[in-house]
Amino acid sequence: MSVDATTVRRIAHLARIAVSEDEVAPLQGELNAILAFVEQLGAVDVMGVEPMTSVTPMAMKKREDVVTDGAKADAIVANAPETEDHYFLVPKVVE
Amino acid sequence: MTSLNELTLAEARDGLKAKDFSATDLTRAHLDAMEKARALNAYLVETPDRAIAMAEAADARIAAGQARPLEGIPLGIKDLFCTEGVATTAGSKILEGFTPAYESAVTANLWRDGAVMLGKLNLDEFAMGSSNETSAYGDVVSPWRRAGSDAKLVPGGSSGGSAAAVAARLCLGATATDTGGSIRQPAAFTGTVGIKPTYGRCSRWGTVAYASSLDQAGPIARTVRDCAILLGSMAGQDARDTTCADLPVPDFEAAIARGVKGLTIGIPKEYRVEGMSAEIQALWDRGAAMLRDAGATLREISLPHTQYALPAYYIVAPAEASSNLARYDGVRYGLRVPGKDIAGLYENTRAAGFGREVKRRIMIGTYVLSAGYYDAYYVRAQRIRTLIKRDFEQAYASGIDAILTPATPSAAFGIGEKGSGDPVEMYLQDVFTITVNMAGLPGISVPAGLDAQGLPLGLQLIGRPFDEETLFAAAQVIEDAAGRTKLPAAWWA
Amino acid sequence: MTAAVNPKKLIKGGLHDWEVVIGMEIHAQVTSRSKLFSGASTEFGGEPNDHVSLVDAAMPGMLPVINEECVAQAVRTGLGLKAQINHRSVFDRKNYFYPDLPQGYQISQFKDPIVGEGEVLVDLPDGESITVGIERLHLEQDAGKSLHDQNPTQSFVDLNRSGVALMEIVSRPDLRSSEEARAYVTKLRTILRYLGTCDGDMEKGSLRADVNVSVRKPGDPLGTRCEIKNVNSIRFIGQAIETEARRQIAIIEDGGTISQETRLFDPGKGETRSMRSKEEAHDYRYFPDPDLLPLEFDQAYVDALAAGLPELPDAKKARFIESYGLSAYDAGVLIAERASADYFEAVAKGRDGKAAANWVINELFGRLNKEGRGIEATPVSADQLGAIVDLIGEGVISGKIAKDLFEIVWSEGGDPRQIVESRGMKQVTDTGAIEAAVDEIIAKNPEKVQQAKEKPTLLGWFVGQTMKATGGKANPAAVNALLKAKLGIE
Ligand SMILES: [Mg+2]
Ligand SMILES: [Zn+2]
Repeated sequence: MSVDATTVRRIAHLARIAVSEDEVAPLQGELNAILAFVEQLGAVDVMGVEPMTSVTPMAMKKREDVVTDGAKADAIVANAPETEDHYFLVPKVVE
Repeated sequence: MTSLNELTLAEARDGLKAKDFSATDLTRAHLDAMEKARALNAYLVETPDRAIAMAEAADARIAAGQARPLEGIPLGIKDLFCTEGVATTAGSKILEGFTPAYESAVTANLWRDGAVMLGKLNLDEFAMGSSNETSAYGDVVSPWRRAGSDAKLVPGGSSGGSAAAVAARLCLGATATDTGGSIRQPAAFTGTVGIKPTYGRCSRWGTVAYASSLDQAGPIARTVRDCAILLGSMAGQDARDTTCADLPVPDFEAAIARGVKGLTIGIPKEYRVEGMSAEIQALWDRGAAMLRDAGATLREISLPHTQYALPAYYIVAPAEASSNLARYDGVRYGLRVPGKDIAGLYENTRAAGFGREVKRRIMIGTYVLSAGYYDAYYVRAQRIRTLIKRDFEQAYASGIDAILTPATPSAAFGIGEKGSGDPVEMYLQDVFTITVNMAGLPGISVPAGLDAQGLPLGLQLIGRPFDEETLFAAAQVIEDAAGRTKLPAAWWA
Repeated sequence: MTAAVNPKKLIKGGLHDWEVVIGMEIHAQVTSRSKLFSGASTEFGGEPNDHVSLVDAAMPGMLPVINEECVAQAVRTGLGLKAQINHRSVFDRKNYFYPDLPQGYQISQFKDPIVGEGEVLVDLPDGESITVGIERLHLEQDAGKSLHDQNPTQSFVDLNRSGVALMEIVSRPDLRSSEEARAYVTKLRTILRYLGTCDGDMEKGSLRADVNVSVRKPGDPLGTRCEIKNVNSIRFIGQAIETEARRQIAIIEDGGTISQETRLFDPGKGETRSMRSKEEAHDYRYFPDPDLLPLEFDQAYVDALAAGLPELPDAKKARFIESYGLSAYDAGVLIAERASADYFEAVAKGRDGKAAANWVINELFGRLNKEGRGIEATPVSADQLGAIVDLIGEGVISGKIAKDLFEIVWSEGGDPRQIVESRGMKQVTDTGAIEAAVDEIIAKNPEKVQQAKEKPTLLGWFVGQTMKATGGKANPAAVNALLKAKLGIE
């Protein structure tokens, strides 16, 4: 499988990465080189093989239902580019 | 007397204990070396004040007879580990200015044991790369040069800053991470020792994620023993990481003396790849002979799905990365580039904040997860991963204790030499290391000699899950037999 | 489900009748102290970003660790829905960008949910009942909250809700009217509240419905559906369905077609409108979350949770009918809230069940409704109401006096027996006194006596007169018997 320019733009948008027109062609080439490389996987017989979900088989650890965190709004917003009253600010979202 | 930063970590530890020198002296020696080595671009951030304060505290503890396992040992930290109050960038513009309010589990373990932080080490952006040329903060220059040449070489990647700093004696050891070979390949390129432990041996909590099911932290150091000491501190259970194993940490340092007598070492025929250089083949044969001479039995084995590990990796890792890196959106931390609306802000921020290789992997990952392609790519790759792991399980079930392979297909290459047109050329760097990540196994890279141009070459040993001890034992045999690689003199200073 | 079409439920169109087909996705907030994957509080409200951990804010390197209570709550709910409990389920990432979704993905369960198929028995007001199929229940994270009216150019993001555990309960498209849909949500809410797995507080957003609506000619295959997002009251669910069904019918009857889309119900305007912002083609790129292992447990775990479940509404209703002799309707009213059912049982204990139900439903609930209070806020305790019922049963007071007594207890409190004693409310059972009153009335009204012999229904008039003469305290049975004897009515 290979991607065309339209697909490159669609993926870029899905990934929320702005791509200028002159970036599309080189990206398309690079993505297609990778896709060509992974093409060989089609040759493997995977019938009846379970996809791997956890590389180290073990039981999932769980937490007790207790409040152990929070009450640190200062730290939560400390690195934010724009805040007000401990809110994160973003350009107005229209719903 | 050799200057203090030339000591091995174990020697420094013993010297501190014997009060031959102070932790402050040791730290200052490193800070001086770092200052003179800025041309290597190994450190992104130096933390001299913190280092001195930690060293002074260490001296106080040593004086009080309360030294901890790593008391006063100066270390470099790959800038993928979040460090409380110290900028953490993951080598990316998108995290410029980010100062975590928390300390990664691995580094916290090191500080708990008394280690001293010298600074944050350069890396490929988000650990995506094999040459340390994708860092947003410039390439790392290897302390190594080809004989008779002053062409700049890569230190390997993504833990290139860690490997270069260790090789250039800018720290006694460094933290690193390995998703497809990012500890073992740079270690091999720089004549240092690096171990990627079993997936789940070290907590991933507080380490910036690249590909969650593959990422593992481990140390790079100048000797097998030093790696064993460091891993002993870095590893351990952590309730905050569901994938971290609830297993006690063995005494790795004790394991290095075990030898390989009675062990069966597998030589996988599929690693004899087409076009392998005679030099690498010879190195591999020498390594096998060293183990045989030390009492191991060698047996050829088959890992039939080896060739599929690399392509499968380039589906699984980018897929996870595309999702892991979605949080870098200009809202809560890091870079923000305005746009005409929220989508524009996201797109502009991520376009400006991510480098080329990162964007490429995010896009491949987005594509292979997208509707209509998920089964053909992602699910198929995960099935192949099961097959790769099964290959290893069968080998171990047949009585193999560890597997010996080359660490890299070649010695270090020059900056700018590879991967500019076709990204796959660079990806092939990890052909021997990547299977180990796909199967979640431990793998160690140990220097075993130099190539014709005088550059170091490494061998890799792959172990059973959670059997790093056998790897340390076997690696020590190779280190003893091959002799420790003589690191380059400080031409940069 | 291929139930026969009920003509009463069809909607009249301009050309012919239409059947509306409804399926629901209910998001129910799991009752837990801390979030699904972090130790931050789930408490409602709070200062902005105060109930937020580093995990909830998706700081680099942060990892989710699952809350065992949320798992238990999902299993309890599955049991309450008579559903299949999956011993192995998987958490997936649903990837999309939104300011209130800090990770850039929601951790949810896509392919392998914790709970599979189940069912809910729904009683309708007309006495009929339907079985609504449950397709699945899965656990997932709630998103944060964006405030849009703080500032003309910016939205404010608060992550206090981010990461709170939700159960998404997906029904089959088995509902055929807005009334059925409302009854379904009501019943589901009752079950969740019995189980204690969700408080069902729709005002606080603890229960939100996404309603899938389509219309078709009876017998036709399913039409194209529209999803009305986040409807937050049972009343609005009904209105939204009606409005949306009529909109779709109008379009189709005009020769148009329905395009599958996400819509929003505006209760103020009484219309649904397209959510253009959500209309962008979504591709969620689900894949198993590599930070989490599969969620696995054994049957013993499920059995232990099952053993700890309370009696559920359907079982309770059956038992009320069986052991108290109640009508299905009364039993249904009493079990709607666990607290009401408990109250009723306290009143009914050792007493006549029907009488107790009568007093609880007619007097107490009637009075509570009038004041807009819930059972938790009743001023009349089960003991007090029980004493009133006893006083009637013992013949100490009449039913009429009992209502006065109830009123006094409601507003002043106190022990009903003492009130009856101290205020002289006991009914007169001394036949001598009643007889004197009866004799006097008969003597004063000879014509009526005459008429009553021909028309026995006039007895009621004499009863009334007697009661009046005795200040309402005469025992009605005694009055009746005496009058019948003296008037010679059989
Ligand atoms: Mg690498
Ligand atoms: Zn949902």
